[in-house]
Amino acid sequence: MSKNGLLIHYDYCTGCQSCAVACQQEHDFPAGKCGIEVTEYVYEAIRKPVAIDFLPFPTELCDLCINRYQQGEKPACVKHCQAACMSFGSLTELVQQMEITPRSVLFSPR
Amino acid sequence: MDYDKGIEVFPTTIWSAGAGCHGACGQKLYVKDGKLIKVEGDENASWNQGRSCPRVLALTQYVYHPDRLTTPLKRIGNRGEGKFEPISWDEAYNICETKLKKIRDEFGAESVVFAQGTGRDVGGPISFLCYNYGSPNWVQLGLSGQSCYTPRLGGMKATMGDFSVMDAGQFSAERFDDPEYEVPKVILVWGQNPPPTCSDGFFGHWVVDCMKRGSKIISIDPRNTWMSTRAEHHLQIRPGTDGALALGMLNIIINEKLYDKNFVDKWTYGFEKLKERVQEYPVDKVSKITWIPEKLIIAAARLYANSSPAAIHWGVPIDMCPEGTTVAQAITQLWSITGNIDIPGGNVIARPSHGVTTYPYSTEELVELYGQELVDKLNRLRIGCDTYPMVKGFRGWAQPDMAIDQIDSGKPYPIKAAWIQTANVLGGQAARAKFHYEALKKLDFVVVVDLFHNPTSMALADIVLPAATFAEKDSFRSWWVPLGVMHKVIEVGECKSDWEINIEMANRLNPNCKYKNVKELINDRLSVAGMTFDELVAQGSQAMPPKGHSSRPYRRHEKGLLRHDGKPGFTTETGRVELYSKAFESWGVDPLPFYREPAQSPVNSPELYAKYPLIMITGARSHMFFHSEHRMIPWLREKNPEPYVEVHPETAKTFGVYDGEWIHLENDMGKVKRKVRISLRVHPQMIHTLHGWWKPEMKGSEPDLFGVWDYQINQIVPGPQDSNSGFGGGQYKTTLCKLSKIRE
Ligand code: SF4
Ligand code: SF4
Ligand code: SF4
Repeated sequence: MSKNGLLIHYDYCTGCQSCAVACQQEHDFPAGKCGIEVTEYVYEAIRKPVAIDFLPFPTELCDLCINRYQQGEKPACVKHCQAACMSFGSLTELVQQMEITPRSVLFSPR
Repeated sequence: MDYDKGIEVFPTTIWSAGAGCHGACGQKLYVKDGKLIKVEGDENASWNQGRSCPRVLALTQYVYHPDRLTTPLKRIGNRGEGKFEPISWDEAYNICETKLKKIRDEFGAESVVFAQGTGRDVGGPISFLCYNYGSPNWVQLGLSGQSCYTPRLGGMKATMGDFSVMDAGQFSAERFDDPEYEVPKVILVWGQNPPPTCSDGFFGHWVVDCMKRGSKIISIDPRNTWMSTRAEHHLQIRPGTDGALALGMLNIIINEKLYDKNFVDKWTYGFEKLKERVQEYPVDKVSKITWIPEKLIIAAARLYANSSPAAIHWGVPIDMCPEGTTVAQAITQLWSITGNIDIPGGNVIARPSHGVTTYPYSTEELVELYGQELVDKLNRLRIGCDTYPMVKGFRGWAQPDMAIDQIDSGKPYPIKAAWIQTANVLGGQAARAKFHYEALKKLDFVVVVDLFHNPTSMALADIVLPAATFAEKDSFRSWWVPLGVMHKVIEVGECKSDWEINIEMANRLNPNCKYKNVKELINDRLSVAGMTFDELVAQGSQAMPPKGHSSRPYRRHEKGLLRHDGKPGFTTETGRVELYSKAFESWGVDPLPFYREPAQSPVNSPELYAKYPLIMITGARSHMFFHSEHRMIPWLREKNPEPYVEVHPETAKTFGVYDGEWIHLENDMGKVKRKVRISLRVHPQMIHTLHGWWKPEMKGSEPDLFGVWDYQINQIVPGPQDSNSGFGGGQYKTTLCKLSKIRE
């Protein structure tokens, strides 16, 4: 069985930060600690004058919600993502999914 | 999460302080030993399908925050000194009862205003208390021109006789899978960046859901946003000129014959008159007014009109345009003449679910509940009803700008007290915030009902009553769908719900008060749905209107489901969509849409513009905060720790400011502190900043008032409203200012 990871279809990430607060609530992290950090990018692009993107980055603290996994539940971030742009699963499957979701990134946390 | 270890899970509906929003998502509350330990989205709620926003996910930090007000308080020092002592509910009620009755005896009940802020479930309880006391003055105090949804509601009502929302399948529990549903081919997102919140009963991310299913976006927004950068066309409009743009689009669609001829012939009234009016708005003229290139306006109008179904989703900037109701009228005409009314994927008529309303609308119901005398007062003594026929004729509010002027002047009759409920008027909505502060300090008696101390409670309150979050209360909602209930699963200190407080108080002020407790009232209002509060709780807290009910789409005008007489048509005088509005005519408002330039603008006030060359946009929604709430919640505040202002790189150069620098935004009304964020999000001639800032970590007593006079942006927003109907034209998005260096 392949290792699990997170696929983020960042084209649809709205920067809402639900993933971050869901993670903090789930792990009882205080402010300042979080398993995922969302960064905003505002830049001049080729096809349009301005592009705006967000990218959530799983930090050292991400344990892929191992406790939830054992209960058969999705990671807290994936479940609550308002844009439904995060997927959890085996890396092999996620790579396949990635082929049909341009502008996405795959994370293989610890 | 292990359910065996004494954890109980309660599905509930959101519509209240806590998350703060206007949405109706379903959330599951995890409770252990009487304590809320976690919140998760409810997968069974068709509204959000398991999703949650950051504010609801941070609920445990809100509910158990050490600063929560947990007992009633009585002021013991001078006003503003910040000295309060805890008292019992009984003592608090006794004081309020004695004071309010004395004022009523001496000056009449109308001399007390009952003030609310943003909508949520407070409208029911506060109007209930206001009317049981006998005052006609229920008011969104500080909200200039009542520029938040009410003007749009007025524009829709005056055109269609009903209200309408973009169809994202929300009226069916099956949502996108409902075979009757169709995704809009095009969504015209007008004046909103939907993701940050669920405004006006609409889950912001539904637009994103539709985009994934193929909807193209046309974005009308002065800023670059997540949405605008993903749009087919982005119309970067000059703030406040939306009326001209709507008229220009109508001009193109009518002159190029892109409208739905069948619909126009069969279901509308006054098309020829509208056609004549829009000739005054050719695209070159509109382009000059709005700063949008001609070819973009044409492309957007064509794409919208040639796509079917197409939907319009809009935001509060429409209300804040000069003559907001008129701008809303023109936009309503766009979805009308293109035949997008009440079709799948269009703009569906929105009625409160199952016909349930949280407070009475009709005169008959008002008479039955509160007596003829109150209804007479509403028509005679309500602030603004003499001046503005539309204020008199459309809904029951007092006019906010006139209310504060009257509190200040005592004319035409004195205002002696205010009951301010879950509304941080001074730290939040009040344009001319300092004037509000000075005027409100003149009152003899002020009650503040809230969850946290804030600038308003500190500066003004004589009595403070602690209110509850949605997890701590029984309440209900029905705009638009689902029909939902909140139910009490935890208790915090002695906090009570707005409904509980106001029913208990109302019974002291009116011996004939119809309801003795909250459940009695809720069940009575739910009765038209044939359901009780307990039944709704038992079925997971939400219900959708059944097929064939008048609160469920589609094509109800064809089926005779809209009108009382059961005939096909709309609920207007002519039974048609009135492009020439008879309702506006009867209110002395131009029956056809027109454009008016904002009071402060490069065109209208060139001298002011020379001094203050930046158009300041405020009032956008935030993922982290709801208006002036949530600044004390650690998980949220850390993600937006300081009030910033977005400044274009060129503008930053002109004014010599650097990224991260603390500066002042300044105009003739004063100056407000902001931290510079240099960003391509904004137009070089505009700046953008969030409203509602105060700092709970600062000192609460005077003169600090939690830093409100450092950060409250609305102290440099002028008033009164820029509109002749009384509705619309709060100048929150069109005020001129400049950047200035802080020298200390
Ligand atoms: S998978 Fe779990 S631990 Fe990792 S970022 Fe998401 S919520 Fe946090
Ligand atoms: S929850 Fe989803 S949409 Fe929101 S910031 Fe995280 S990844 Fe992006
Ligand atoms: S903003 Fe939306 S997701 Fe958040 S609590 Fe309100 S309805 Fe629910």
